[in-house]
Amino acid sequence: MHYFISPVLWQFLVHWLRHLALIPPEASSIAPYTDTFFLFLLLISAFGTGVVVLMVISFSVLYRKEKNPEATQIEGSTLLEATWTIIPLALFMICFVWGALLYFRIYNPPTNAMDIYIVGKQWMWKAEHPGGQHEIDALHVPVGRPVQLTLISQDVFHSFSIPAFRVKREVIPGRYTTVWFTATKPGTYHLFCTQYCGTLHSQMIGWVYAMKPDDYQAWLAGSTSGSSLAQNGERLFASLGCNACHSGSESARGPNLAKAYGSRVQLTDGSYTVVNDAFLRDSILNPATHVTAGYAPIMPTYQGQISEEGLIDLVEFIKELHSNERVQQTLNTSQIQSPGLAAGEAKNGVQNTEPHPSEAEHSSQGRRSVKTQHRTAPTTPGMVNQ
Amino acid sequence: MPKHTYLNSEYGLKSWLLTLDHKRIGILYLFTTTFFFMIGGTAAALIRLNLLTPGGELVAADTYNKLFSIHGIIMVFFFLVPIAPAVLGNFLIPLMIGAKDVAFPRINLLSWYLFVTGGCCELYAIIWGGMDTGWTFTTPLSTHYVNTHVIAAAMGIFIAGFSSILTGVNFIVTVHRLRAPGMTWFRMPLFIWSYYATSIIFVLATPVIAITLVLIMLERFIGIGVFDPTKGGDPLLFQHLFWFYSHPAVYVMILPGMGVISEVVACFSRKRIFGYTAVAFSSVAIAVFSFFVWAHHMFIMGISNYSALVFSFMTMLVAVPSAIKIFNWSATMYKGSISFDTPMLYSFSFIGLFTIGGMTGIMLASLGMDIHLTETYFIVAHFHYVMVGGMVSAIMAGLHFWWPKITGRMYPEPLGRLAAAILFIGFNLTFFPQFIVGYMGMPRRYHSYPPEFQVLNVLSTAGASVLAIGYLLPAVYLIWSLKYGKIAGPNPWRATGLEWQVQSPPLTENFTETPVVDFEAYDFEWLENHTKNEVQTVG
Repeated sequence: MHYFISPVLWQFLVHWLRHLALIPPEASSIAPYTDTFFLFLLLISAFGTGVVVLMVISFSVLYRKEKNPEATQIEGSTLLEATWTIIPLALFMICFVWGALLYFRIYNPPTNAMDIYIVGKQWMWKAEHPGGQHEIDALHVPVGRPVQLTLISQDVFHSFSIPAFRVKREVIPGRYTTVWFTATKPGTYHLFCTQYCGTLHSQMIGWVYAMKPDDYQAWLAGSTSGSSLAQNGERLFASLGCNACHSGSESARGPNLAKAYGSRVQLTDGSYTVVNDAFLRDSILNPATHVTAGYAPIMPTYQGQISEEGLIDLVEFIKELHSNERVQQTLNTSQIQSPGLAAGEAKNGVQNTEPHPSEAEHSSQGRRSVKTQHRTAPTTPGMVNQ
Repeated sequence: MPKHTYLNSEYGLKSWLLTLDHKRIGILYLFTTTFFFMIGGTAAALIRLNLLTPGGELVAADTYNKLFSIHGIIMVFFFLVPIAPAVLGNFLIPLMIGAKDVAFPRINLLSWYLFVTGGCCELYAIIWGGMDTGWTFTTPLSTHYVNTHVIAAAMGIFIAGFSSILTGVNFIVTVHRLRAPGMTWFRMPLFIWSYYATSIIFVLATPVIAITLVLIMLERFIGIGVFDPTKGGDPLLFQHLFWFYSHPAVYVMILPGMGVISEVVACFSRKRIFGYTAVAFSSVAIAVFSFFVWAHHMFIMGISNYSALVFSFMTMLVAVPSAIKIFNWSATMYKGSISFDTPMLYSFSFIGLFTIGGMTGIMLASLGMDIHLTETYFIVAHFHYVMVGGMVSAIMAGLHFWWPKITGRMYPEPLGRLAAAILFIGFNLTFFPQFIVGYMGMPRRYHSYPPEFQVLNVLSTAGASVLAIGYLLPAVYLIWSLKYGKIAGPNPWRATGLEWQVQSPPLTENFTETPVVDFEAYDFEWLENHTKNEVQTVG
């Protein structure tokens, strides 16, 4: 997609509109596209309204009673009907196509987006970074990197809106929704709940802090709770007894989760599905609806026993299994191992815990399954953060 | 004033409360809908006053939430949906087609009583503490998270819904079966086409909101779980069910207004509406297509991208018949003989403001744009432009146009024009700033807001006070005219249409003998060539 006017002219126009307080800052990669589209829509609206107003005013003046005492009866004109049917239809179709392209762009994240999880509840936003940073009513993001938000509500419908980024997504109970953006300008931007959710709906607001990469790293380092989401998930996995069935052994009662994330599995009804965040969440809460082929439907439901944060921790943990063999060891601890072998495996594990700060690439909802690679958030060397 | 009219044929409260005369039933509805308009308008005034300051200090957050909920419910279900069909439709449809009454007069009266019962139920909900779910009753907020009078409020709407359904049935049968001899479908005034299309929507869509409200009540009362994800239900199902009615409902609200505009523009241009067939069929097309677009209220809610494509496409299609009407009305003025009486001024207001509202609808129907604009004040401005700028202008046009027929009196014309101008100015000042503040990102249903939005909010509130004058002034002079207005005579506007060929106000039985129609609608040539009115006064 390209700008339809020169980028230089566009900067002037945006600057002027910003200072008249007619548009919010353009702080994401998609914002200029949204604004350009709006300009087009505004122009055709002005054109359409202008044509109508011109007709009404000029006919009022030219054919007012004093000037034209006798009206000329005209039945109609098929040609005119066709014209003012086809031209509006054509313009509307342009709007449809352009709007659809923009929509698909905003709601289909790139494959290299970093994850942040948002839990909305009456009346606050909780942002969870995979590295274990937790924020309330605030969201720190790096500039220049695509960020995918995975959103869920703990109670009623909310809606997560960042006007400066031109993105918005409903946050509903019962399933994940996602939206992505790439912040382009460091700064502080409004974050609003835009779906009426009760008494303090207008207080469910906060700030998005877009930061230069170095500042973002510093923030990450300074804000970690010490335990990443996946580590929390690991603990939950053990404490909830998931190990008992998902031990990873051949004869286990439940599927091996080690390579599960992003893979395509066949269910007992014959259909295939991709293991993504939504599938995992659903499998924990409604296991009877997605039984993997070859396994019995014996998994109990954990509905009501795990919070949305806990579910996010588990999802992150299972995502991490793909890439982190040390964590995979956890699954196998229920098997008896000889001390020597355990030490050898542990040594292997340690080697694999070196952080890999390369570009993360992983699969996520709505995309075809991609082999998971090293997808931890950028870490400072020496920081064990999985 | 004619000696015998429908107003003095019988006296006493019983003759009104047990009337079977469609005209008296129309008047009864006028009283009740005006009453509800005042309640909804008061809520709006308080909302705008609260929004003068960013901190929202006028009322508490809970109170504010109740205010916008009441405003929405009353204005949608108890004012906009019923007013044009039940007041103008009831009064005029039999007269326009040459009938003595509607097909089922007793059911017509029952409709009014159902409306009043529903209204009383709603008033109970409001007075006993109100409800704060918004008029959209979003689950699970409405079913599990508020402790206000949701069931009573839903029940009020449920009951009033049957009023709509019965009115719809009545009108459909009336138009099919009671047209005067010689009045073919294409000799009917375009008003009738619009009301017929509205009635189709009434009958097909209203049952859906009825059952949806029942499900809300059941979910709230005994927790059946259809909308509860922890019980295997889906809150998004509620959205589909709710909007399946509520989108056609907005066309119920606007189509009758379009019918009024057709009549008024024809009369004050002294011309047959340009493209009669196109305008007639566009009403039906709007009614049909209105059922295919509901999920454009749900573009960001997690429906699939491909679903969104379908609904965006259909929404673009439903906009086309409305555009066709606007162009036809404008073209009607070409080589017409235009006068600028109050009804025509309101029609101009409709044409301009509805076009703006409609174009912003296209903006919202465009998927990518909707992401930024939805759930902000842009939406609020959009629907007020079509509902208030469009429909209320049309209601005012209709009320003023047929006032002489209904009451036998003329309203004072200079005041009428002044009020039309005040309404137009006040309306734009109120709602145009909301487009801007919406694009800036200000969410709707906010009791308090970030300070940078204050200037635009203050402008909007200032506009609302002007708009209020635009409504109060007609209330005053219309009531004044009942006693002191000029006697109107049967056809003060020299309009075509069977209703103008009887006395003002009409007899109870409308026509002393069944008219035979051997002329087209809008036969202004015939009218110009006959200086003598065909008047049927008795006594």
